[in-house]
Amino acid sequence: MKLRTAVAVAMAASIATFTTSANAADISGAGATFPYPIYAKWADAYKKETGIGLNYQSIGSGGGIKQIQAKTVTFGASDMPLQAADLEKYGLVQFPTVLGGDVPVANLDGVKAGELHLDGKTLGKIFLGDIKRWDDAAIKKLNPQVMLPAQPIVVVHRSDGSGTTFIWTDYLSKVSPDWKAKVGASTAVEWPVGVGAKGNAGIAQNVMNTKGAIGYVEYAYAKQNSMMTIDMVNHDGKTVAPSAAAFAAAAAGADWIGTPGFSVILTDQPGAEAWPIAGATFILMHKQPRDPALAAEALKFFAWAYAKGGTMAADLDYVPMPAAVAAAVEAMWSRDIRDSSGKPLYAPSK
Amino acid sequence: MLAMASSLPVARPALGPAFRHWRAFDCGFRLVTLTATVAVLVLLVGIMIALIKGAAPAFAAFGPHFLVDSSWNPVIEKFGALAPIYGTAVTSFIAMLIAAPLGLGIAMFLTEICPTRLRRPISIAIELLAGIPSIIYGMWGLFVLAPVLQNTVQPVLIGLFARVPGLSALLAGPPYGIGVLTAGLILAIMVLPLITSVACDVFATAPAVLKEAAYGVGATTWEVFRHVVLPYARVGVIGAMMLATGRALGETMAVTFVVGNAHRISGSLLAPGTTISATIANEFTEAVGERYGAALMALALILFAITFVVLAAARLLLLHAGQQTGQRP
Amino acid sequence: MKRYRARRRRNAVAVSVCAGATLLGLGWVILILLALLREGRSGMSLAVFTEMTPPPGAAGGLLNAIVGSLMMTALAVALGTPLGIAAATYLAEYGRHGRLRHVVRFFNDILLSAPSIVIGLFIYEILVAPLGHFSGYAGACALALIVVPVVVRTTEDMLLLVPDPLREAAAALGLPRAAVITRIAYRAAGTGMLTGVLLAIARISGETAPLMFTALNNQFISVDMGSPMASLPAVIFQFALSPYKEWQALAWTGALIITLAVLALNVTARTIASARSRK
Repeated sequence: MKLRTAVAVAMAASIATFTTSANAADISGAGATFPYPIYAKWADAYKKETGIGLNYQSIGSGGGIKQIQAKTVTFGASDMPLQAADLEKYGLVQFPTVLGGDVPVANLDGVKAGELHLDGKTLGKIFLGDIKRWDDAAIKKLNPQVMLPAQPIVVVHRSDGSGTTFIWTDYLSKVSPDWKAKVGASTAVEWPVGVGAKGNAGIAQNVMNTKGAIGYVEYAYAKQNSMMTIDMVNHDGKTVAPSAAAFAAAAAGADWIGTPGFSVILTDQPGAEAWPIAGATFILMHKQPRDPALAAEALKFFAWAYAKGGTMAADLDYVPMPAAVAAAVEAMWSRDIRDSSGKPLYAPSK
Repeated sequence: MLAMASSLPVARPALGPAFRHWRAFDCGFRLVTLTATVAVLVLLVGIMIALIKGAAPAFAAFGPHFLVDSSWNPVIEKFGALAPIYGTAVTSFIAMLIAAPLGLGIAMFLTEICPTRLRRPISIAIELLAGIPSIIYGMWGLFVLAPVLQNTVQPVLIGLFARVPGLSALLAGPPYGIGVLTAGLILAIMVLPLITSVACDVFATAPAVLKEAAYGVGATTWEVFRHVVLPYARVGVIGAMMLATGRALGETMAVTFVVGNAHRISGSLLAPGTTISATIANEFTEAVGERYGAALMALALILFAITFVVLAAARLLLLHAGQQTGQRP
Repeated sequence: MKRYRARRRRNAVAVSVCAGATLLGLGWVILILLALLREGRSGMSLAVFTEMTPPPGAAGGLLNAIVGSLMMTALAVALGTPLGIAAATYLAEYGRHGRLRHVVRFFNDILLSAPSIVIGLFIYEILVAPLGHFSGYAGACALALIVVPVVVRTTEDMLLLVPDPLREAAAALGLPRAAVITRIAYRAAGTGMLTGVLLAIARISGETAPLMFTALNNQFISVDMGSPMASLPAVIFQFALSPYKEWQALAWTGALIITLAVLALNVTARTIASARSRK
């Protein structure tokens, strides 16, 4: 009998827990792994400041697009900007939050970060599988001073759909006609060679554990783990190392405000200091959200991020958006995002 | 006497409110249990229907060619199930190839050879393997096993068989550490305790009289095992193998970490590949586009169908064998 | 004499091969457990049980994951156990000789061996997509679908082990069928059924795939089951594949916690079973 009463008490207690848990629902977001470190940091700081939680799950840009289309999250995040036609079709607005860059990383004994240089064509050949060993003539030509081992190249790519992949394959399509013909650019492609790893994190993990590996990760991941980054020859023919300044240089000439949906792609941009594989990361929200209250909270969060999150972003090696772009984005919110009765969900605090 | 018995009323509780209460409870109870049973049936049928519905666009777009196509191109939305099916089959095959003799050997050791005092601790230790969740196998495989394989074992294998005609293609390629062979190895460790525990139980049912008789005429331990215990246990052992195969086919987390996630069929066991469950786990949350999601659902349906076929075959085999030896499956 | 020696040699070879197999099997166990202990112990501290999962680069704990796992497991067991016991009761008691039994047993075995990722996809299709959000309820339902076949199988086996004369004696005394089952059969098979439930809990504690598409994950602690919930396996999956040292350490610690919990459940189940058989 004692067991029975104990079970009954336990069940009552658990039912009480389940039903009285109606605290404020968190804002939910899902998508790109590229900005995950900064979104997590912002969410943590925002919760400490305002008590409102933002739950962001990095399931890949493709996932972010899919989930916001399915309306299962408050906002989606993608490194691949949707074109104006798609935005119209799904009733979405899009805006950029931070800039970053894809960086090729490798694992070669005796070679340190920045010692190896590659250009777009050679990179394309490596990822196509045409160049199979590190001591290939093409690589040697670009790196006469480096001791290249006679090791096979292990290509590591993403196994999941990703905006990081989109930026990478978009760049390769621009610099290698072979790549464009055989593979193309998208969040998920049919990779000719290599192993697949899940997330930016997975590629970082794989490259660090596999000798002779080459992969691509978002800059923050490369810097966090002190990975061996490779310098690239950019559009103007200059060799640049990846850095926040190089990403900002790539974005210098971009026309954010003039492009519908802010969908600017920053690969292979002109500029002596420009990093050739830069990109912004975007947020997608519905023009008429399913849950207006949560959507309004999300907009307040992003306004806070634009105003106060810049230092945190810079700490993690992202480039915050310029103030003019932030202002244009906020104007777009108050214009386009409304609840079912037509009331705008955001009022710019000016 | 019988005539008297049939004319006497059967003893029954008094026909009062308590009786009616029990009658209602009786009928209600039976109804509840029957409903629950039908619910289990309905659940399974529901899963099959949901999968078929989700996979329909893929089969509509690609037709039966889907099953033999090895491309997997999300850009132009062209998908084929051959590479995942191949990976699933090969990893499970390697797993059973390694785990079956190992499991039977351990079971024989535990039932025939092992001193009684050690029997319990060793069998508990082996069962610990079953208790470890699969994600931990994945982590161990990726962080501990794969580097060891990449740095020591695989180069040795490649060098050893480089000049042997047939095997050099099977064991070719740069040592990744992860890949189809590693995934098969991890799966083997995972299904080992299943095979061992079922085999142990089955071997223990062999009648002691028969074994003693065999020992009595001078048979060695191995001969007793091979000619007395094994034939008796054939039915159960096959059942265990089928269960283990089913487990290996569907394993997701451990395989996702170490299989290499490459949508390619490669002749080499050391190359990366993919399995059905690893593909779904990696790509489902981001499959944008109707055909992509439907292709993944179609893969799930195929996996379900394969598991169904393996289990049905096992049941038929056991039924047939059971009829022959008079044992209950 | 030569044949005798050959037979002895064959026997020696076979015995040593089997002994070698056992050593190999034991070797794996020791290797894996050692790796788990070594990596997980360094991260183990009280903070793991009191703080939430941290953002990259900060220290934290696994509180939201542990709470989420406990809640979803509890709900899954609450949903799945009654259903499983009821179905097994019909199979073992009422429908013992019918054709429905064979069909249901077969289908139950299929459900038991079904890849858990397929179950996750099914729940996504019926509970997440139509309702428009991930939730702890969906996660719990997916886990319940894994609990049900385990409970059905073990409960049915246990009920069949109860000797029929026991039931016949109760019926002869005038007990209605339902009372025979609830008061006699359940009581006799009780410890076995409890073992089955414990094994089911152990099984779902480590399941990741069904939670991936249903409960998703949550950076903060939440007891609201209508929204995404963290769970230990999901957090481990995310952290293990990350390049951040703190996260990897937490992943190993979480793995150690799950393994210890599962082993404890298995040992408890065994002890109960053997205590019962000794009675």
